[in-house]
Amino acid sequence: MNWYAIKAIYLSELARTWRTPMQSIASPVLSTSLYFIVFGSAIGSAMASIDGISYGAFIVPGLIMLMVLTESTSNSSFGIYMPKWSGAIYEILSAPVSAFEIVVGYVGAAATKSLILGVIILLTARVFVDYSIMHPFWMVLFLLLTAVTFSLLGFIIGVMADGFERLQAIPLMVVTPLAFLGGTFYSISMLPEFWQKVTLFNPVVYLVSGFRWSFYGVADVSIVWSLIMICSFLALFLVIIWWVFRTGYKVKV
Amino acid sequence: MKTILEVKNLSKRYPSGLQALNDVSLSIERGEILALLGPNGAGKTTLISIICGLVNPGSGSVSVDGYDVVRDYRKTRSKIGLVPQELSINMFDTVWNTLRFSRGVFGKPANDDYLEEVLRSLTLWDKRDEQLQSLSGGMKRRVLIAKALAHEPEILFLDEPTAGVDVELRRDMWRLIEKLRRQGVTIILTTHYIEEAEEIADRISIIRGGEIVLTENKDQLMKQLGKKQLILHLQTPVTSLPPEFDDFEIDYDAAAQRLTYTYDSNSQQNRVTEVLGALNRADIMLSDVRTEQTSLEQIFVNLVEARA
Repeated sequence: MNWYAIKAIYLSELARTWRTPMQSIASPVLSTSLYFIVFGSAIGSAMASIDGISYGAFIVPGLIMLMVLTESTSNSSFGIYMPKWSGAIYEILSAPVSAFEIVVGYVGAAATKSLILGVIILLTARVFVDYSIMHPFWMVLFLLLTAVTFSLLGFIIGVMADGFERLQAIPLMVVTPLAFLGGTFYSISMLPEFWQKVTLFNPVVYLVSGFRWSFYGVADVSIVWSLIMICSFLALFLVIIWWVFRTGYKVKV
Repeated sequence: MKTILEVKNLSKRYPSGLQALNDVSLSIERGEILALLGPNGAGKTTLISIICGLVNPGSGSVSVDGYDVVRDYRKTRSKIGLVPQELSINMFDTVWNTLRFSRGVFGKPANDDYLEEVLRSLTLWDKRDEQLQSLSGGMKRRVLIAKALAHEPEILFLDEPTAGVDVELRRDMWRLIEKLRRQGVTIILTTHYIEEAEEIADRISIIRGGEIVLTENKDQLMKQLGKKQLILHLQTPVTSLPPEFDDFEIDYDAAAQRLTYTYDSNSQQNRVTEVLGALNRADIMLSDVRTEQTSLEQIFVNLVEARA
């Protein structure tokens, strides 16, 4: 195992975050704070509580999940796409590193960044709403699994993208809508029965539901299903990455 | 000398159908400087890219210090440093950080003293904290060289190292290459600047259309293929040469009053003395005498044209 290489990639990717603190940290924290102010404090105060939880507190897990999902995907896709775009990838490809080590470096750094962001948002939320965490271990596990899984998705997108537009297409056109419709701002039991069934095809529902359960002990779907789903995605993305490196798809000819 | 790089019957066809390399075999000795000469699209970069791991080989094999570049890629790649043709770097990194990254990614523990030495040898030490985007093109190229040396490679590949580089950098680069050679580093450079190859290479390989046309010791090549010319400027105006000169291989430019005698530099049988004797007998006075040797460039052009 080339630990020096993993460390070099990991630290260089994290350094990118510290170079752009406004874009990497301040901007997502600000936009999430705006959600808390508008939906949590302003509109939330006029809304009935859901499953006995105030609306402001209800949306905290969903908002953190929304941010972790989108940031993991975009960070990781950008991280691997940039050297591909600039040509600097030659160095990694000519280095004595395995595909596994490359993935650990890039995905590890992207997941770390979104975890840090998740924690910052969790602390920021405290300023606006009162919440509690019933199952801290599960909360950390869900956050970790989601950050890693969606960083893997981002890595796949970054490797496959052949232009900036394509790079952003999946995060903007797929991940963000799924996250918004995945029960971030509502309980799926509030939907008409037909849409409740449709919603079950949205993978984000399982993530948000499981994560919210770790906070308040209430969930839209069974916690077991939440775990099965997140682990299935993790496995699926790992298989795709394995295939990408095995075939050299869009990396090597 | 021990062989450090062995390419055997290597062929590569790209998915587009382009046959970039065709049955290439090449053996490189430890510590030598080999210049890989060839026109654009000849297959130079593909060959280097396969050796370095950037492109998958088609058929054939490549081994570095006895290790196969596919099977034992960790061993082979850690021995190789590559300076690519393009200025492909993360422009937002600082010089120092990008060097530390290079060393790390090649699996070497940090060694700031060594990196300082590399930066100083390329006159980059003062720029170590600057972002790469703020450096000039020449400076960026120096950084690429420094990055390739960051993990103390045994073989250094320089792909068109002096394309668009100023005289000062070129001189610094040759000095560095000379120093690396003394340290035992094997250097392989691709170029289409033939004077470069002529100046520093021990051996020259000519590649064309994906095939190695020849690999030869540089001096041997020049000797074997080199023609020499004796150029005489006449002081006495002559409209045409007397018949006794018909016997020699001579061109006469009456307007310039220049007589050119071409002969094989390798041959002991040249007739320089006879030409001068004939001029003397014809009472033709000279204003200037000089000789010219065919440059590697001419040899190269001749070879490439001969096989076209």
